Amino acid sequence: MSLPAIAITKLVKRFGDSTVLQDIDLEIPEGKVSCLIGPSGSGKSTLLRCLAFLEEPTSGMITINGEALGFFEAPNGKRERLPPAQIRAVRAKTGMVFQQFNLWPHMTALGNVSEALKTVHKLPKGEAEARALAQLRKVGLENRANHYPSQLSGGQQQRVAIARALALEPKIMLFDEPTSALDPELTGEVLNVMRDLAAEGMTMVVVTHEIGFAATVAHQISFLDHGRLLFSGPPSEIFAKPRHPRLDQFLDTYLDRGASMLA
Amino acid sequence: MTIKLFTLLLQAAISTLGISLISIAIGFVIAIILSAATLSHKSIYVVPARLFISFFRGVPLLVQLLLIYTLLPVIGINVPSIVAAIVGMSLCTAAYQAENLRGGFESVPRGLIEAAEVTGLSPRQTFFRIRVPIALRLTFPALINEAIMILKSSSLVSVVGIIEITKMAQDLASSTYLPIPIFASAALIYLVINSIVALIGRFAERSLGGAST
Repeated sequence: MSLPAIAITKLVKRFGDSTVLQDIDLEIPEGKVSCLIGPSGSGKSTLLRCLAFLEEPTSGMITINGEALGFFEAPNGKRERLPPAQIRAVRAKTGMVFQQFNLWPHMTALGNVSEALKTVHKLPKGEAEARALAQLRKVGLENRANHYPSQLSGGQQQRVAIARALALEPKIMLFDEPTSALDPELTGEVLNVMRDLAAEGMTMVVVTHEIGFAATVAHQISFLDHGRLLFSGPPSEIFAKPRHPRLDQFLDTYLDRGASMLA
Repeated sequence: MTIKLFTLLLQAAISTLGISLISIAIGFVIAIILSAATLSHKSIYVVPARLFISFFRGVPLLVQLLLIYTLLPVIGINVPSIVAAIVGMSLCTAAYQAENLRGGFESVPRGLIEAAEVTGLSPRQTFFRIRVPIALRLTFPALINEAIMILKSSSLVSVVGIIEITKMAQDLASSTYLPIPIFASAALIYLVINSIVALIGRFAERSLGGAST
């Protein structure tokens, strides 16, 4: 079996006295889509933010393509912080998409996508913009390149944000509830871009409430509750009965909501 | 009221404009440093910056100018009055601009900074490429307001011996016995200058319109 894209071992995250993640062990296979689901406050977003190193784990270890992210933890528990250059190099393997898009409002769509190519990768302006434009084309927004974020719909903003992450050619894409801030009729265009990306074989970790998306696109679904990983497996297993009572209850809530929307 | 008198007022307006614009520019640079210091969360930077800001916001500009003008020679620094005027005005406006900027910096959504972090921008690149431009856009109206306040407060520099619009008007009024047309002209000149500043501000704000939210 090949090396997992991400390996999480005994991951613990505490904020002060409260433990947000408790002993998470999870392997995310390469080229697959892995969805993290669970109720609010279950720690799924915190887990994703740990993968992006926006949160520093309290203990435990994350490796990305076999390389330690942020900290190296020896089997005897001795832990050391890695040098900044190494942290940057490992972080560069991932791209992140946020719930609130987080496009920079003072730059056009093209500016947002080309910014890191220019400032971090030192590409000449022309080349950076050509690559940025190619990414915008990929998400179907080539004709919005010169629009500012405030002139774009939420769905378009999120697609620009995806293009911004893709422009840096990450090995793994992290999505933190990418459609939760969108009107229902705008979620489709973002999910379609994500489906295309999955079809290309991109490794993706997606925190989502879109159970339908998870069921149809994910290869692996992980269910978190109160900071613990209660279940992880292929969709066929997670939706099959019998299942963990807490997961059962969680999925029922979604089914109820779906039914009430139809009523 | 003759053309000659009006020309004298206009000449004095050049010192008003010059001193104000130079002070606003110097004050802006100091304000960036001060606001960065107050946001640093390190008390060796925060405490001096806060003290600086409280002093220059808490003491009248008139008193600051008189203090600087009389204090500097005592400690062995002899400066021309124009330097004393610019120093006083710069430090004063720096304190106000710093508070405006701090508000702007604090209003930059955390997520925009995280987006810079995950795309690999260094803290320095994030500061100059993301935080400063967004904070500036958020504080732009307040900064234009401050520029207008400083242009008007520049009438106080006459106490250190600078002839600017107000001082010139007073001198002309007492020598010609035509106070009303002269002070009315002075008022008109201030109004025109500040209207132009406000217009430039509006124009600049609108040209950044796409970046408003």
